[in-house]
Amino acid sequence: MTVDELQQLALKEQEAKQRYRCRINVCVATGCIMCGSERVKEAIEEAVKARGLEKEVLVQGVGCLGLCSAGPMIYVEPDGIIYHKVTPEDAPAIVQGLVSTPVERLICPPDLPFFKRQMKIVMENSGTIDPERIEDYIAVGGYQALIKALTEMSPSEVIEEVTKSGLRGRGGAGYPTGLKWSTVAKANGARKFVICNADEGDPGAYMDRTILESDPHRVLEGMAIAAYAVGAQQGFIYVRAEYPLAIKRLRTAIRQAERLNLLGNNILGTTFSFSVELRIGAGAFVCGEETALMASIEGKRGTPRPRPPYPAEYGLWGYPTLINNVETFANIPPIIRNGGEWFAKIGTERSKGTKVFALAGRVVNTGLIEVPMGITLREIVFDIGGGIPEGKRFKAVQTGGPSGGCIPEQFLDLPVDYESLTKVGSIMGSGGMIVMDETSCMVDVAKFFVEFCMSESCGKCVPCRVGTAHLYELLRRITAGEGTMRDLELLEELCDLVKSASLCGLGQTAPNPVLSTLRYFRHEYEAHILDKTCPAGVCAIRRAEEVPA
Amino acid sequence: MRAPVKIKTLTIDGKEVSAREGETILQVARENGIDIPTLCYLEGLEPIGACRLCLVEVKGINRLVPACVTQVEEGMEVVTNSERLIKYRQMILELLFSERNHTCSVCVVNGHCELQRLAQRLGVTHIRFPYRYPNLPIDASHERFVIDHNRCVLCTRCVRVCDEIEGAHVWDVMGRGINSRIIADLNQPWGTSEVCTSCGKCVHVCPTGALSEKGKAVAEMEKRRQFLPYLTVMRGGRQ
Repeated sequence: MTVDELQQLALKEQEAKQRYRCRINVCVATGCIMCGSERVKEAIEEAVKARGLEKEVLVQGVGCLGLCSAGPMIYVEPDGIIYHKVTPEDAPAIVQGLVSTPVERLICPPDLPFFKRQMKIVMENSGTIDPERIEDYIAVGGYQALIKALTEMSPSEVIEEVTKSGLRGRGGAGYPTGLKWSTVAKANGARKFVICNADEGDPGAYMDRTILESDPHRVLEGMAIAAYAVGAQQGFIYVRAEYPLAIKRLRTAIRQAERLNLLGNNILGTTFSFSVELRIGAGAFVCGEETALMASIEGKRGTPRPRPPYPAEYGLWGYPTLINNVETFANIPPIIRNGGEWFAKIGTERSKGTKVFALAGRVVNTGLIEVPMGITLREIVFDIGGGIPEGKRFKAVQTGGPSGGCIPEQFLDLPVDYESLTKVGSIMGSGGMIVMDETSCMVDVAKFFVEFCMSESCGKCVPCRVGTAHLYELLRRITAGEGTMRDLELLEELCDLVKSASLCGLGQTAPNPVLSTLRYFRHEYEAHILDKTCPAGVCAIRRAEEVPA
Repeated sequence: MRAPVKIKTLTIDGKEVSAREGETILQVARENGIDIPTLCYLEGLEPIGACRLCLVEVKGINRLVPACVTQVEEGMEVVTNSERLIKYRQMILELLFSERNHTCSVCVVNGHCELQRLAQRLGVTHIRFPYRYPNLPIDASHERFVIDHNRCVLCTRCVRVCDEIEGAHVWDVMGRGINSRIIADLNQPWGTSEVCTSCGKCVHVCPTGALSEKGKAVAEMEKRRQFLPYLTVMRGGRQ
C-alpha cells in the first residue's frame, strides 16, 4: 500500500460512515461487557433490523466511554446522546428514540461534570471507533502521524518533536520520553528493540487495558514512530494474560496493520521496516519492572537486575532497547500530528499533556477519566467523581497503587502532577486512584498494599523478600490489636531499610503506603495499639478482657 | 595493537585508589584491603547484586549502590562503612536469620559458615524479628549430597555455579517472594536428576549448611573453593 492508497481508503471509509443517518455506538470494553453490553448490542441490531433501518442506522461496538459504574453505555451519533445502564429490553425504545424523542429515563445528563471536565487526547477515539476495524482508525486520521514521520521528518526531528512536547513516561516514574528516545537512538547496536510495557498490575487500575481494548492501532502507530526514531526494526508488546480481550484486539490489529503494510517490510513503500510481536505475561506484577520484563521476554525467570546498565544501552538480549508504557505510546501519534508545542501547552510547567486515571473506591462516578495535568484532586473527586456517596466524609485518596501513598484531605487542592504528588509522599504512578471515606481504616489499607507487595515480590533481594513479609506480619499484629509501640518503631525502621536497600522499584516503593499513612494517620495506628480500637470499625479487634479465659 | 588500558582514580573511605576501567567498586576495594561484606557474591561467578550487603554510598548518587556490580568511575567518592550502612547490613542479617532456620549449634557448617561469620563480624547478637520457621523439606535423595532448604539463604550461588561453570543447570529457583525455593531440574528429588554430574561444585560454593556432603556431623563440613579461581582462569579469564 502506498500513502495515496491509504488516503483513498480513509476517504472511502468516511463516505461509507456518512451514508448512515446515525450511529449507535455500544461500548464493548471489558467493563461494559461485564454488564452485558454484548447482549445489548445484539438486541439493538435486531431492533434496527425489525424496523428495516439497516441502511440508515449503523450499530457498532466501540471502546470505553468512561463511566464504567453506569454500564452498559451507549453513545448515539450525531445527536451526542449518552445512554447508561441499558438493558437488552431497552433496545426497541432506543431505536424508536432515533425517530421520535430519546428515552428520557436512560439518558446521562449531557452537562454532567464527569464528561465536561475531561480532556481527551489518548482516549479521543474511545467511544467513536470500532477497535476491531483498522479502517475506522484510518478514517479518523489514524496512521497519518506515521506517514508524516516517515515521509517528512528525519528520526532526529521526530525525537526533537517528542522532546519539545515535554511528554514524560506514563508508567509511573515520569522519565522524560524525548530523553529516553535520544539515548536509545545514540546507542550503538547491530539491532535495536522497542518494547511496549502493557503489564499493568496495580490493584484497581485498568488504563492501559482500556486503551488497548478501545484503540489498539494508536499504540501500534506510536511504537512504529518510536522505532523509526530510534532505529529499531522489531517491537514487542508485553501484555499480561489476564487481559484476554486486549490480547485478542491487539492480535487483530497487528494482522490488519500487516495486511495494509503499515507494519512489516518497507512500510508504505519507504525503506523503514518494523514488525511487532506479542509476548504474554503470566501475571507476575514484578514483570512490569523493565529489566524483569526483558528477562521474561528472553524466556528467563522474570526477576529484575541492577541498573545501570540501563535498557537503553544494554537491553533485550544485550541490544539497545526502548521501553515505554502503553499510554506513553498512545500519546505519540497526536504529538507528531499536531506538533510538540501543541502538547506542551496542556498541563503544568513540568508535567505536560493529560493523564488517564482509573477512578475507583468510594465515589459516586467510578470509571476511566482523562484529565489535563494540573487539575486538582478536589476537582477529580468531587466534580468528576461526583463526591462521596451516602453523605459520608472524604478521608483520603490513594494514588500510584502499591507503590504510591494516601493523600489526606488537607491536600485536596493539590494540582495533580509528578512533582506535587511526590512531595506529599505519593506518586503519580500509572494512574490508579482509589478514593476512601471515613469507613476505611488506614492501617488496614496499608496492610492490603503490603500484602500485595509481599506476594508479588520476586524473592531475589533480601530486603524485599523478607522485609515485606515482616512488614505484613507487623501490620497484621497491629490490626489484630496485638501490636505494641515497639512494633511501630520496628515498622518504621524496616520501612527505611526496604525502601533504601531493595534492588528494584517494587521493593523500593513497597513501604510507601505504610510511610504515607504513618505520616498523615499516625493516630489511627496508635489507636489500634494503645486503645485497642479501630477508629473506622474495620479491624476486628478483640479486647483483652473479651478473650475467654 | 592492543587498546590501552584506561585507568580511573577514585577514593574509597577517603583512601585514594586507582583502578582499571570496568572493575567494580568491590574488586578495587578488596585489592586495597578494604573489605566490604558480601554474601551472594563469589569471585568467579556472575555477580547479581541480590543480598544487598555490599551496598555502599557514592557521593552524588542519592541511592545506595551494590559494590559487586557497580563499575568504578573517575573521581568517585565511595563510602563503605557509614553508620547507616552498618545498620542496614545488620538488619539484612537479622532478616536472613529470621527467614528460615539457622540454629548454628546443630549445623554441619558450624564454625565454617559465611552467614555465621558475617553475624559475628557485624555484631548481630540477637534478632528483633519473629522467627518464621517455615516447615521446609530436606532432600537427601542424592547419593553423596544433601540439600536442607531450612538453611538456604537463596544467594543462588549453586544455581550460578552449576549453570555457568559446570554447564549442567540442575538448580533453579521456584516460587515468588518469601515462598521462593531452590529446586533441582523440574522440582524433583535431586537424586532423580539426570543432568546432575555429581561434581559437588554447588555444595562447596554454598555459604551455609544448606548444601553439604553426606556423613558429616555438626561442624564437620568445610567448604573447599580452590577450584573456582582455577577454572575461571582456565576458561579464559572470564569473570
